[in-house]
Amino acid sequence: MENSFLLEKLQENFPDKIVEIPDAHHLLTVLVDVEDVIDILRFLKGSNELQFIHLTDITAAHYPHLEKEFAIVYHIHSLVHNIRIRVKVFLDGPNPEIPTATVVWKGANWMERETYDFFGVNFLGHPDLRRILNVDDMDVFPMRKEYPLEDPNRVDKKDLYFGR
Amino acid sequence: MSEFISKMTSNQPVFDDNDPQDELITLNIGPTHPATHGVFQNVVQIDGERIVSGVSTIGYIHRAFEKIAEHRPFYQITPLTDRLNYCSAPINNMGWHMTVEKLLKIEIPKRVQYMRVIVMELARIADHIICNGILGVDTGAFSGFLYVMQEREFIYEIFEEICGARLTTNIGRIGGFERDFNAIAFEKIREFLNRYPPVLKEFEEMFVRNRIFIERTSGVAAVTPEEALDYSWSGPILRATGVDYDVRVQNPYCSYEEFDFEVPVGTTGDVYDRFMVRNEEMWQSLRIIEQALEKIEKEPKGVFHAEVPDFYLPPKEQVYTNMEALIYHFKIVMGEVDTPKAEVYHAVEGANGELGFYLIHDGGRSPYRLHFRRPSFVNYQMFAPMSAGMLISDAIINMSSLNVIAGELDA
Repeated sequence: MENSFLLEKLQENFPDKIVEIPDAHHLLTVLVDVEDVIDILRFLKGSNELQFIHLTDITAAHYPHLEKEFAIVYHIHSLVHNIRIRVKVFLDGPNPEIPTATVVWKGANWMERETYDFFGVNFLGHPDLRRILNVDDMDVFPMRKEYPLEDPNRVDKKDLYFGR
Repeated sequence: MSEFISKMTSNQPVFDDNDPQDELITLNIGPTHPATHGVFQNVVQIDGERIVSGVSTIGYIHRAFEKIAEHRPFYQITPLTDRLNYCSAPINNMGWHMTVEKLLKIEIPKRVQYMRVIVMELARIADHIICNGILGVDTGAFSGFLYVMQEREFIYEIFEEICGARLTTNIGRIGGFERDFNAIAFEKIREFLNRYPPVLKEFEEMFVRNRIFIERTSGVAAVTPEEALDYSWSGPILRATGVDYDVRVQNPYCSYEEFDFEVPVGTTGDVYDRFMVRNEEMWQSLRIIEQALEKIEKEPKGVFHAEVPDFYLPPKEQVYTNMEALIYHFKIVMGEVDTPKAEVYHAVEGANGELGFYLIHDGGRSPYRLHFRRPSFVNYQMFAPMSAGMLISDAIINMSSLNVIAGELDA
């Protein structure tokens, strides 16, 4: 199965709701809206033609400089046709919300808990949205870019000292 | 009082056996329990010996690798990957190198690819030795564990010969290896191919038709392929349910498509099948190593890295005498090399399943975001739900057969 066929199928079923992001490594990357994401995931899994039955990963990335700060990234794999797809959803900060994918795959449970733990993304409808790797009484979301790993006063790693 | 006495003397039971809430005991398995083989906790409610419900608590050795990786150049992230699945660190190292090479579009010479295959398959055997050996220990058969553990020690000797380290190997570099395999390393790999089959055969004979082992494992924690896929399982435990998903076959890397090997699958997805799948995978790994050694013979000798001076450090002695080498050395160490802005997802078949690296790169010195898709983390989430209704002893061997490595679980 080719990426173009997959994209065509998606656009056929969700007209004007799928935006392709060019990817240098031939992994079809689509940008979708938060309202449609569960429908699209359901379609990808349930469609007899596509059969994206294996949820590989859910994670997030934080772009503080963008208007929509948070990107939720789903990697899904059609084991039958041996093709992967990356679905991206951008969310508004600072309290991003997105419907849970646990209604489509049970395996999304811990992946979403991890994403919540590190980015503070609220997965609406998640059965057990608690922190998973960090301690329960932590009050920050450490993978957000505003939390520096090292002492922010350190200057020996600042780019401007290296002429860039 | 008289009511109590009449109850005691009557034929009616004191406690109502049909009431599941009656006399439940809360038991902590872990965080430092020998049965967990690592630092993670399960709080279970038990009714006698049966588990009614359980909650997994993980994160005891969380070391924030994803955050640290955002502040490190690519070559300094390799030691972090060592500490994910520390039973098969070379697979993690290679997976990370390949992710960066995919980002940088570096073409790796065939000989190096075969060398990587050897290292990865040795690591897979070492990992499966641990899992199957300890599964034996958990079912009460201790000696088999000791037999195969000796061979794992020998694999570590090979790693030591190749890279100088045993457990957290930091093996290879972006673009190839740090040095060629020396003659002793090749000799030891050949020796391993000769000495391991009889040991594995003996180990196999102790378990495969062993009545005690079969009764302890057969039918225990059986998982259907639908459930396994629903929970995003991958690796040997998914194949034990009958789904033939192996990253080495579906998305070949390192020229795995050139190798002749089989992907063993089970039928019932129980602990016995998982044991058998891992066992057969060790035989297949031996086949792959043998073929890789043959293929290396046909390749030009002495090639151990790609010619990418922008990313591969020059030999140290040249750095002091050769201007060009000095410049490259400086640029690599200071992170002054231009790198493309891109997103890469690369997966390798780790010993426990699909080990994925999702790298978002903005052209800087370190990744903008790096996410590890860790098979132990994804596989383990089914443990608590599937333990409900199980005997404690069955849950323990189920945990053992999932081969959850705490480092990979927590990252």
